Amino acid sequence: MVPARPALARPADPRTSRPGRGLAALGLAGLLGATGCVANEPDGAAALSVDSSATACTVSSPEAPSGTITFSVTNTGSEVTEFYLLADDRLRVVSEVENIGPGLTRDLVVQVPAGTYWTACKPGMVGEGIQSEFTVTDSGEAVGATGAVAEQLAEAEASYVAYVKDQVSSLVAGTQAFADAYASGDDDTARSLYAATRVHWERVEPVAESFGDLDPLLDAREADLADGEEWSGWHYVEKDLWPPAAEANGGVEYHALTSDERTAAAADLVAYTDRLSEAVTDESFTFAAFQISNGAKELLDEVATGKITGEEEIWSHTDLWDVAANVDGASVALGVLREVATARDPELVAELDARFEALGALLAQHGSYEEGFTPYDELSTAEVTDLAAAVDAVGEPLSRLTATITSAA
Amino acid sequence: MGRRQDTVPAQDDRGPEGLSRRAVLGIAGGGLAAAGLAGAAGFGAGRVTTPEPSLVAERRTYPFTGAHQAGIVTPAQDRMYLAAFDLTTTSREEVIGLLRTWTTMAARLTQGLSAGPYGFAGGPYDAPPDDTGEAADLPVAGLTITVGFGRSLFVGADGSTDRFGLAGRLPAALVALPHFSGDDLDPARSEGDLLVQACTDDAQVAVHAIRNLSRAAFGTARIRWTQLGYGRTSSTSTAQTTPRNLFGFKDGTANLKAEETDALDEHVWVQPQDAAETTGTDSTWMVGGSYVAGRRIRMTIETWDRTSLREQEAVIGRDKAEGAPLSGGTEHSEPDFSLAGRGGIPLIDPSSHVRLAHPSSHGGARMLRRGYTFTDGNDALGRLDAGLYFLAYVRDPRTGFIPVQTALANDDLLSEYLVHTGSVLAAVPPGVPDGALAADGSLLDPSVHLGAGLFS
Repeated sequence: MVPARPALARPADPRTSRPGRGLAALGLAGLLGATGCVANEPDGAAALSVDSSATACTVSSPEAPSGTITFSVTNTGSEVTEFYLLADDRLRVVSEVENIGPGLTRDLVVQVPAGTYWTACKPGMVGEGIQSEFTVTDSGEAVGATGAVAEQLAEAEASYVAYVKDQVSSLVAGTQAFADAYASGDDDTARSLYAATRVHWERVEPVAESFGDLDPLLDAREADLADGEEWSGWHYVEKDLWPPAAEANGGVEYHALTSDERTAAAADLVAYTDRLSEAVTDESFTFAAFQISNGAKELLDEVATGKITGEEEIWSHTDLWDVAANVDGASVALGVLREVATARDPELVAELDARFEALGALLAQHGSYEEGFTPYDELSTAEVTDLAAAVDAVGEPLSRLTATITSAA
Repeated sequence: MGRRQDTVPAQDDRGPEGLSRRAVLGIAGGGLAAAGLAGAAGFGAGRVTTPEPSLVAERRTYPFTGAHQAGIVTPAQDRMYLAAFDLTTTSREEVIGLLRTWTTMAARLTQGLSAGPYGFAGGPYDAPPDDTGEAADLPVAGLTITVGFGRSLFVGADGSTDRFGLAGRLPAALVALPHFSGDDLDPARSEGDLLVQACTDDAQVAVHAIRNLSRAAFGTARIRWTQLGYGRTSSTSTAQTTPRNLFGFKDGTANLKAEETDALDEHVWVQPQDAAETTGTDSTWMVGGSYVAGRRIRMTIETWDRTSLREQEAVIGRDKAEGAPLSGGTEHSEPDFSLAGRGGIPLIDPSSHVRLAHPSSHGGARMLRRGYTFTDGNDALGRLDAGLYFLAYVRDPRTGFIPVQTALANDDLLSEYLVHTGSVLAAVPPGVPDGALAADGSLLDPSVHLGAGLFS
């Protein structure tokens, strides 16, 4: 978990990572577009305004050149409105922006090849909307082919879900072995399994976070808890396996957990992990493309705010294992989305590849899963600073991946 | 001519320009007719209540005396310097002496006078000047100085040590704050026996005030921590626009405003019935005062900056352009938490900041926010150590602050981008009554000074 993440029962941000809700209810197209770029695209792309009132849908121009088009949609009506760019058949949604409250303005930025389209405002979110023909003239600028993207995204999602299931399956097995060793008092074995087991968790943490309460139950750090909240999960056990001296424990002597408490903590760990497994193996479990790319970004955020500062594994100092696993997970996310992202923005993908490689090489200097990683408290300040810079170098371009995916209409 | 040069020498009643003290006072008290003396606006320590419209804004002064301390409902100035002090003395008399000194000095500084009677470039040639001088040529810029008392002034951390015989006066509302989810508090940036808030439109004027107050405290109290804030993040008057915080959003739109006098009585000022509470301690001295909660909130702005506009707006619950709630309207439109968008999902996320901080989520509790943006250099990893120094004045932190902060810490989507690194809670006593001070800030009655009620 990142520092300062709220502790218990914090619902996941529906816009970023909640599965199950997304595609069935909203339709894939509903999540594409609305990328929030500013209207003044650098390459002279078209910027249009749309006035969506109760009775009219006024687009500032009935035509625009092909390429990047920004529709700045203002809701001048009194009901929530939506704006669509429809294909010539007036059925297929090229892109859309939804949930515009009265008085608000939101941008729709979309890549559009030449052709005939229809614009539509849908005040009140019902009916077919107020439609007008819209012509995109050929500017000569190359615009990625459309049509195959939806299939490619579906493949990416299936591939990522398979990865998640595989990791959680390994996590379940590893957690059982860890919990058995810990409950039986075999601390050496438990300590040797701790970081290696958590790798499977850290690789897919955004998925676990999308299930709201499971993340805090399994991964809350002590500082995440409010007064009086009960603590459970990995870090609760971590503290018991690497008990702190009083001065590292707020001046209070640490009391080892009793045998009964250990048994309960181990059982909780197994039970919560089983719940995660049930959730991701449920046939309704999906993880949309935008969730995959946002998840990758979140993994790097996690590294940047919690792990590279040594706050995540404050007693075991196994932070670099978590860093490596988070980076793995982000890299896999990029991998499944590579085809779509490359078609839209090959330079971004090349930049990400280079920076992932540099980060991987830097991490390799400090160990491997097989050999183990240098404990965080043995890293020099310069080494931590270098790692942090390499993490930020990935995180910045990675934050552009979602918009790249969602604008590839 | 700098305002400090208007300073009144105490010994010979002669100012540097040869004007007698009475002459200066006469002009100042007479309504600032002389433009050249405009820097001395409010000289009458509380009797000049409204700045002359013709005065430039930066020469604005606010009265030091009054039923409430200045610096609370005063229109939020642009800069803040906050200082917490720990008492080094064990003498109750010395604590009272310090409050007397501070009362006079604060009255002088806020009215555009030097810290001491000689000023920064006068007095005995073999003595250090009694004002440090860095604000000598600067306008007073609406300086207010507000003093509060931390819980540790009354009782030790063990709950029983009573250094100054004040345990019986500890207000029940001045609790030890609980650990909120995600807190990462630095003790060296938290708590303190005394809290001094200096606000002005010029940072150097604020620093000058704290510097001189701390100088006067040597031997009695020492600085525990200070915090400089460089941009107000709230408006406390309907005449002010809502500023943006470091997240780029308008903040504090729904703040209590000075013009809402009934609401201030309900939510900010301690009322007589509050002191009547049967808690075993006598806190009648707090009637007319308020409680201030301060939180140093570091923003993880680097990760925020990598967050999509969609998520940023969802997290805040307002649109970034205008600050309008996502349910629509304009900045000051009341959010409609029930208005749903596609799929029946509320336009304003139930875990958004605007939803969780809204009075309707807390039984109507409101606070007067007075926070400031800070940037204290960077950390070892090259990230800005920056954020919001949150300050809120409430009538009772047990109902006005703790439940709100608990909810935000637990559930607010925004808390993923925040770490609380410092904390303070202080009881801010009522103001020094109008007419209690001489024009040069000296006490007319030694038993009437800031916080006098606590010691009476």
